[in-house]
Amino acid sequence: MISKEEVGKLAGLARIQMADEELEALRGELDQIVEFVSQVQKADVSSVPELPMPEHRNVWREDGIPHETGVYTDSIVANFPDKKGDYLRVKKILDNK
Amino acid sequence: MSEIDLKNLTIRKALQSMEGGDYSAEDLTRAYLDNIKSKNAELNAYLRVFDDAIDEARKIDEKRKKGEKLGKLAGIPIAIKDVIMVKGSEITGGSKILKGHIATYDATCVAKLRAEDAVFLGITNTDEFAMGSSTENSAYGPSKNPIDSSRVPGGSSGGSASALAADMCLVALGTETGGSVRQPAAFCGLVGLKPSYGAVSRYGLLALCSSFDQVGIFSKSVEDSQTVFDIIAGEDSLDSTSVDYNAKRKTQNAKPKNKTKIGVPKLDFTGIDKRVVENFENQIKKAKELGFEVVEVELPNIKYSIPTYYIILPAEASANLARYDGIRYGARVEGDNLLAEYVNSKGQGYGKEPRRRIILGTYVLSAGYYDAYYGTAMRVRELIKNDFDNAFKQVDAIIMPTTPGPAFKLGTKSLRSPLEMYLEDIFTAPANIAGICGVSVPSGSVEDGGKELPLGLQIIADKGREDICFEIGKRFVGELQ
Repeated sequence: MISKEEVGKLAGLARIQMADEELEALRGELDQIVEFVSQVQKADVSSVPELPMPEHRNVWREDGIPHETGVYTDSIVANFPDKKGDYLRVKKILDNK
Repeated sequence: MSEIDLKNLTIRKALQSMEGGDYSAEDLTRAYLDNIKSKNAELNAYLRVFDDAIDEARKIDEKRKKGEKLGKLAGIPIAIKDVIMVKGSEITGGSKILKGHIATYDATCVAKLRAEDAVFLGITNTDEFAMGSSTENSAYGPSKNPIDSSRVPGGSSGGSASALAADMCLVALGTETGGSVRQPAAFCGLVGLKPSYGAVSRYGLLALCSSFDQVGIFSKSVEDSQTVFDIIAGEDSLDSTSVDYNAKRKTQNAKPKNKTKIGVPKLDFTGIDKRVVENFENQIKKAKELGFEVVEVELPNIKYSIPTYYIILPAEASANLARYDGIRYGARVEGDNLLAEYVNSKGQGYGKEPRRRIILGTYVLSAGYYDAYYGTAMRVRELIKNDFDNAFKQVDAIIMPTTPGPAFKLGTKSLRSPLEMYLEDIFTAPANIAGICGVSVPSGSVEDGGKELPLGLQIIADKGREDICFEIGKRFVGELQ
């Protein structure tokens, strides 16, 4: 059984604000889902290594200039929720106090 | 100009008609836009329709008049799911958290279609971040099934399926993680292709589950699916998981066998709609009548597909969705400090299903539970892959029903339990888990409440063997004798 406090902790880790009723509802749903997905534990995985290596591997390339500098700047800046000139404005991270 | 028969139109026919001067690209685009105007308010298939579609079509007509070389899709009107970027157009992933976000570049698949002179009509509805099987999880309201508007079109690419089935486009792109193209195709009587993992570049897609995600295609004929697939497939330096399967196949010198062998897996049909089981049995008979050799195959571990899928998917989704935090793009909700802004933006930006899956993903990845869930699921995934590898040593393709039932009513499964909706993927998720390809083709219909609801037959082939899916699919729907 997943407790409400546990769900609250997970929501905190995921940075999602949730009201009490939502935590409660989610707790029940999670219990159901987790119980269902636990079926994987019935499979006999002894033939598979603990960390199976996927077939697809990361592909490396030489460093280079992918595109002309600045061609995306305007469109990216236009998507900023808050800005000052071409700078993205965010809340202060360090407290000076 | 006589009225264009959109119902039975295919890419080949449209290209021939435009080439022959029966109608122009502008006429064709206008015919679709007229349909959008009259039908979209009810169906909510499109979230946005492009103002410049007519201009784009006119440009194609001018090119044609001047005798300039035209692309393979010159003037073909296409719809794009709202998780695929079209430069300059808003992309939201069906979520409030990205409202107002303008795509800064074209996804590779869009760029490839554009290079072939396709005309983009607009952006179609999706379950929020492609999480769902009905589009009921869209923050912008559900889409409806054109065959019966009290029913869902399927999902998550339900907007694309609804648009195509209602003749509001000629072809549509969707995306698949666990059946999001094949299932809505089956619900709407269409052809739906999920290419092999890596076959189509995912550059420019909103990522849901990076080890499953693929671009998929909706069309009215198998040939159209093949035409579009051949254009958008291929290696892309911007997606490191993309593979040039065509080249790979040539080097492997894959010879077609004399007689195509189709495998039928032993499936557990508990809880599956009887009409689906009956329809599938008829398809097995049909396979024999078509001259295929039909044999039974063992896939002992696919019964673990849904549990495996619903561990790996939330785990990856919880990481992939972390980027939507209201800082660099999307909707930012004010707070007293930076942390409060994250928490508020995500708290108000995400709908129910992403919250559920993010929390579930965070849970299965957390210390103490990792081995029991994620670690185990990753190993079971290998077992499922091995099952298919073994099966494809005996047969060229495997057939299965696409869905456990026909299109369901809006507000039924979504209100009951998340698990019930998850089970919609029971026959489709195995192909995503194994990274192989599958196509759903219409396999007849069942009568329900005075409506003929379509069902789909799924043809699954090994990695990079879309050619087999197409060939068998064409035989089943009668495009090839």
